[in-house]
Amino acid sequence: MHCDGLIEEDSMKLVQISVFLENKKGRLFEVCSLLGKEKINIRALSVAESEEFGILRMVVDNPAKAVAVLKKKGFVANLTDIVAVEVEDNPGGLASVLAVFSKNDINVEYMYGFVEKFSQKAILVFRFDDADKAIRVLTRNKISIIGKKDIGNL
Amino acid sequence: MAKAYWNKAEETLERNTLRKLQLKRLRETVGWALKTPFYRARLRKAGIFSTRDIKRLDDLKKIPFTTKDDLRECYPYGLLSVDLKDVVRIHTSSGTTGTPTVIYHTREDVARWTDLVARCIVATGAGKKDVFQNMMSYGMFTGGLGLHYGAERVGMTVIPIGSGNTKRQIQLMHDFKTTVAHITPSYMLHIYSKLSEANLSVSDLSLKKAYLGAEPYSENTRKKIEGLLGIDAYNSYGLSEMNGPGVAFECVYKRGMHVWEDAYIIEVIDPRTLEESCAEQEGEVVFTTLTRSATPLLRYRTRDLAFIYEGGCKCGRTHRKISRITGRTDDMLIVNGVNVYPSQIEEVIMRIPQVGTNYQIYLEKEGSLDKLVVKVEIYSKMFKGDLRELDALRERMQEDLRASIIISPAIELHEPGSLPVFEGKAKRVVDTRQKL
Repeated sequence: MHCDGLIEEDSMKLVQISVFLENKKGRLFEVCSLLGKEKINIRALSVAESEEFGILRMVVDNPAKAVAVLKKKGFVANLTDIVAVEVEDNPGGLASVLAVFSKNDINVEYMYGFVEKFSQKAILVFRFDDADKAIRVLTRNKISIIGKKDIGNL
Repeated sequence: MAKAYWNKAEETLERNTLRKLQLKRLRETVGWALKTPFYRARLRKAGIFSTRDIKRLDDLKKIPFTTKDDLRECYPYGLLSVDLKDVVRIHTSSGTTGTPTVIYHTREDVARWTDLVARCIVATGAGKKDVFQNMMSYGMFTGGLGLHYGAERVGMTVIPIGSGNTKRQIQLMHDFKTTVAHITPSYMLHIYSKLSEANLSVSDLSLKKAYLGAEPYSENTRKKIEGLLGIDAYNSYGLSEMNGPGVAFECVYKRGMHVWEDAYIIEVIDPRTLEESCAEQEGEVVFTTLTRSATPLLRYRTRDLAFIYEGGCKCGRTHRKISRITGRTDDMLIVNGVNVYPSQIEEVIMRIPQVGTNYQIYLEKEGSLDKLVVKVEIYSKMFKGDLRELDALRERMQEDLRASIIISPAIELHEPGSLPVFEGKAKRVVDTRQKL
């Protein structure tokens, strides 16, 4: 049963591409135009920055191809598991989801939003310390997760 | 100018008598050296089996040179010539790579070193009535303790504050009416630039003299420091292998530094041919210790470039003077008074799996102080997409480097392939600092 649970949880995770960017003019543009040329669509994006470098994080429609293309061009990139969650797009919508995390002692490392909207709801990307536990808690609380199956249909 | 001496007889020895004393002490030193495993082997090869094989001063030239690498290879006990129980102090300094070099001192060795420093202080006209703020690092770095002991011996009022903490330096300098500072030239300029932040001006201070050392600087910088602060600045020279400060120091006439020739034999050689340089011609400075029993060093190549001024000095001291250090024969960098070899940095970088093998050492001025930046490329297989991980990597590199080179550089992480790649000999050090 536990094993089934794991498989279930894995199908509910999405992958994100992380790209190391040194703080240099035009680097972000290069990444985006490269993906554009390869017809890879960016669904969600965020940049975390430190003093001299940043990490670009993206959810794209073809992550494996995106990483291959970026690596070929000399970028440092890799894949990370994330969880995309549907959140009511109204005041307090995000807060109600975060309340569930807080109550269940789930730590969010970082989060960012999808670029487009596919329904009345907003989609947010979360990186958790413990993604499996987060997925179990989200499911139990009937909060909708955008899984691998769903992303293709969006 | 009043002529003050710490020990007039020793400092004004007639040249012939001085040379006789050198010969006597060279014999003694060779005797100590023969007790060390390193020199016993090396001197025997050169045909020197006992002190009797040193008949005249010129016999020094039979002895091969000693290098920093020799010292590293002797680490830790290869150059110790006395029983360890008679050693009261050790000082280590950074080797060109991870292995340090070590110098041992007996109680008498420390006392003789202290005496040389006392000579230096008195030669600048300072004395008992002065308040001495020692703004050089204490600890393994010899600059702090060396001058500290000498200043106490002279009877000055010593403020052993060490380096750093500019605000506190200025406050103590003001509150205790410091008259003499021991400091690096770049830090002296930095202190000056911070006076206004403490709502002070030069006229609120009592500073009269500064002993400047640990990093090379030009005559113009001396003039600038003297002008800005209204003081006399004296050039100080020393290196840990020769105890530390107190090897050569300027007198009140400030025209070259008197080398205490009853404690050191100085030679200047052409670093390529190893031939002795002509009079007043620049070359590599080579020293032989004459009064250090625990760690005798024979013909030690300092890698510092300078020349000897022939002729006497108006101060009456008969010990010859050397010029300020004009450069180095190796790639040693001096960063805020701390000696750093690029190879030490490389060694640390190569131990860290997350970064590639291409790197750059970048030096720039931040105000009057030096800033060291180490640029590395992150290794793509190690990248997990986590910002905290990269910050942790940077901190780890900083700590590892600090453990190795004492100072903590800024670390810049770069994308692979973004640092210049070299065919053949890499130019890893970019020094944008203007010569002080």
